[in-house]
Amino acid sequence: MSLTKSERTIIMSLWDKVSSQSEAIGTEALERLFLSFPQTKTYFPHFDLHAGSAQLRTHGAKVAAALGDAVKNMDNLDSALSPLRDLLAYKLRIDPVNFRLLSHCLLVTLAVHLPADFTAETHAAWDKFLCQVSAILTEKYR
Amino acid sequence: MVHLSSEEKSAVTALWGKVNVEEVGGEALGRLLVVYPWTQRFFESFGDLSSAHAVMSNPKVKAHGKKVLAAFSEGLNHLDNLKGTFAKLSELHCDKLHVDPENFRLLGNVLVVVLSHHFGSQIPLRSFSLCQKLWGHHEAP
Repeated sequence: MSLTKSERTIIMSLWDKVSSQSEAIGTEALERLFLSFPQTKTYFPHFDLHAGSAQLRTHGAKVAAALGDAVKNMDNLDSALSPLRDLLAYKLRIDPVNFRLLSHCLLVTLAVHLPADFTAETHAAWDKFLCQVSAILTEKYR
Repeated sequence: MVHLSSEEKSAVTALWGKVNVEEVGGEALGRLLVVYPWTQRFFESFGDLSSAHAVMSNPKVKAHGKKVLAAFSEGLNHLDNLKGTFAKLSELHCDKLHVDPENFRLLGNVLVVVLSHHFGSQIPLRSFSLCQKLWGHHEAP
């Protein structure tokens, strides 16, 4: 399941359009995650998860930064995601199912913010990309 | 079993009232077939599904999408008895059509994306999470 050239172009072009508000995107995706899938809050007992909380925004920014990195390094996702992959495998150990949930919330957030650009093709490319990212991030779990 | 409070039911009904069932149905089914192309296995008789454009403009996809969303609408009218309401459809999909229930989850998620796409920030976050809750339960047993 590797990305075609045209898919990579689509992915980069969409991210370009949101990169100035990427922190807001990351934060909103997390808000949607916690609202729609409350079980995901179990990983954040130490956080204030109310909408607008500073911790939520900081973490949203982290998620956005990781995603931005992945977009910039689509030719070499393995190496770009390696530090985060290790952190997840050996320290954080978030159940793999949650990557799919967050990916879904990211897609919803992108659709909300970029209605004109979120065509079926763009939706497909981004879903595939997020699946790939999730697969790499959980590769070292066992 | 889905349990929505009367406030939640009103919120979902209000959102659904703004939905163009015909358009959204075709869009949701189309995107299912584009984003998860293996789902096309159930629609070999639908003609040209060879590109995103072909799928999204395919009249059979639109017609079937409309049917599917009409079924979702019906479900909203019977939230206290989803199992009963969908019993026949469930049997059809299981015993005759042999559709893996995973596909209902995929379609439900695509529908949430399509609604988000159409309504954007007009609709509060809470309403989307209710949609998620609802359509996670439309899977066949």
